[in-house]
Amino acid sequence: MEDPSNPTTGNQCTGAEIVIRCLQEENVKFVFGYPGGAVLNIYDAIFNQSHFKHVLVRHEQAAVHAADAYARATGEVGVALVTSGPGATNAVTGIATAYMDSIPLVVLSGQVPAPSIGMDAFQEVDMVGITRPCVKHNFLVKDIKDLAATIKKAFYIAGTGRPGPVVVDIPKDITAQFHAFSYPETVEMRSYNPILKGHSGQIKKALRLMLDAKRPMLYTGGGIILGDASEQLVKLARRLGFPITNTLMGLGGYPATDRQFVGMLGMHGTLEANMAMQDCDVLIAIGARFDDRVIGNPDHFFSKSRTIIHIDVDPSSISKRVKVDVPIVGHVQSVLGEMNDLLDGEFKAAADKKPEEAAIQAWWTQIEAWRSKKCLSYDRNSDIIKPQYVLEKLWEVTKGDAFITSDVGQHQMWAAQYYKFDKPRRWINSGGLGTMGVGLPYAMGVQLAYPDAQVACVTGEASIQMCIQELSTCKQFHLPVKVITLNNRYMGMVRQWQEFFYGNRYSESYMDALPDFVKLAEAYGHVGMRIEKPSDVEPALKEAFGPKLKERMVFMDFLTDQKENVFPMVPNGKGLSEMILAEEL
Amino acid sequence: MKHIISLLMENEAGALSRVAGLFSARAYNIESLTVAPTEDPTLSRMTIVTSGSDEVIEQIIKQLNKLVDVVKVLDLNDGRYIERELMLVKVKATGPFREEMKRMCDIFRGRIIDVADGSYTIELTGTGSKLDAFLEALDKTAILETVRTGASGIGRGDRILKI
Repeated sequence: MEDPSNPTTGNQCTGAEIVIRCLQEENVKFVFGYPGGAVLNIYDAIFNQSHFKHVLVRHEQAAVHAADAYARATGEVGVALVTSGPGATNAVTGIATAYMDSIPLVVLSGQVPAPSIGMDAFQEVDMVGITRPCVKHNFLVKDIKDLAATIKKAFYIAGTGRPGPVVVDIPKDITAQFHAFSYPETVEMRSYNPILKGHSGQIKKALRLMLDAKRPMLYTGGGIILGDASEQLVKLARRLGFPITNTLMGLGGYPATDRQFVGMLGMHGTLEANMAMQDCDVLIAIGARFDDRVIGNPDHFFSKSRTIIHIDVDPSSISKRVKVDVPIVGHVQSVLGEMNDLLDGEFKAAADKKPEEAAIQAWWTQIEAWRSKKCLSYDRNSDIIKPQYVLEKLWEVTKGDAFITSDVGQHQMWAAQYYKFDKPRRWINSGGLGTMGVGLPYAMGVQLAYPDAQVACVTGEASIQMCIQELSTCKQFHLPVKVITLNNRYMGMVRQWQEFFYGNRYSESYMDALPDFVKLAEAYGHVGMRIEKPSDVEPALKEAFGPKLKERMVFMDFLTDQKENVFPMVPNGKGLSEMILAEEL
Repeated sequence: MKHIISLLMENEAGALSRVAGLFSARAYNIESLTVAPTEDPTLSRMTIVTSGSDEVIEQIIKQLNKLVDVVKVLDLNDGRYIERELMLVKVKATGPFREEMKRMCDIFRGRIIDVADGSYTIELTGTGSKLDAFLEALDKTAILETVRTGASGIGRGDRILKI
């Protein structure tokens, strides 16, 4: 259908209109952005359309974070739109954050007109060059003929294989030129064909090893979430009866309230998860990448021998930090599905026989012994609010069913440890890059995707100030996000490391001259609350999540224990079984 | 260990910088890198000489394959291959050097491609180690300038890198 407001004739469109129509073809519902000189034509075209909603942020970094969270929560490709120069550079932190966590994004950036490229024009920056190390791929559109096909490719690349952000840099003159619009139906790229189906021989070999395991362990990461493989994972884990741990990025991939779940692993993982990782004889890694925060010192990890099966869609994740015995390259959903089918078919008899039942029983006895140490206990009789208590109450009040976004630091680890995620895509945080400031824009992206859901941003008084301008965006778009600030007047994780490893020299980690967050929230038109006593925690949370404030954003400033630390902790360079526990101090 | 990696990639602006950027971002060694279009103008062929442990080389190959512009990657060291590099050396050709340089050039099967009053320019082709050996054999004070292309490599016999 021809748009009557379109002044052009026939199928001729401006480049800007082509951009809009491409987004429409991709069924984009939200574009997070900020206008500027190089994208004025695109913004003019946005003014005339109603296919998607443009969400005006207050800083381009937040646009990319919000698009990123939208993608994390929904599984769709997130879209952000920024102008050239400073708009583009402001977006880079968001792009790098998404890249490290393999989040599918398309970021459209304006560029100075093609003839001005390289002339140091006003608001010119080499966006393709700047983002090259932190994107899955990027494009500079040099000809309007390529515009639609490039955007099609960008969505395809972003969302397939191991997902990631793709930047499309569009010079201003191209958005003003005219060309016929035609959107390719499919993409054929000889240089890009992700492997999706795992090698059957390898899958069978892995299953045989799994059925023969005496001390098996399932270790799953963000790949389960990104690959929508939670259902297949639950089926496999229950069928085999193996203990299972999730990485920070993988939380919710397996229900945290299930008995087989032994908690998160890694630097701040549970005792039972880390000990089981260290002591298992067959380790099945699925959509996880053995990063430094997960296995600690690799030499220590290899002081015990174990057979490692590794399933991942990205071949370069396999045998990168640890040598793997049985690599399986493929989409985790497909590979786990095939394993489940085999356990119902060819391997049914072998699995039903449970050849190692006694050994696995003994393994569980050992794991229960570790679990009985209750490594996540904390002082419940304190007169000061303990941050862990706030998270436990948040879980209770929201019935464990909220979307939780977090910033980066101690509060992030406590949220990961104490909010028991039973569903995938509920836990939205920056795992790889560890970007402070993501929490509030993340909450915006999630709340827009699910307007009726409970969305809480767990943050600290340091992190929240890195993107606090977005309180204004929340007001404009009526986003009833609940901000849970664990305010300990310190950059808590920095302070913790300084206490443990730098002789209590708290160099620049004290947050002096904090604003009055209650007044600040009110100044932005929101509800502010300050909670100072443990007994007020639960009533305040009930009020914030109650029917009266359902439509309002509530900024909750919890004054928490200044000296509380995150335990257990595997110090940098130490092995997984060398944790510091709370009681040891 | 030294490895010669051949790859085919889309002949597009920025493709070279993606490969160069990958090597610097992940701290891989790069000894030389040559690139030029192939008989199919949409494809570029690149030869990278690098070194590292088996694990590092495995990662390099995987990371190269992961680049969206890269069509095919081959580690030539996985089989038999031929390696050639071109070098131009300008040497002093005065007094006793004039005879000496001619003789050295002949021994290494080079060619003198430019003659001036005080200098020769010698063209020499071969493996990197042959070119190294030639430079070693020359009197250091006689070398005025050298320029090398970096190695190109191709598999022997039926080993063909093509799409």
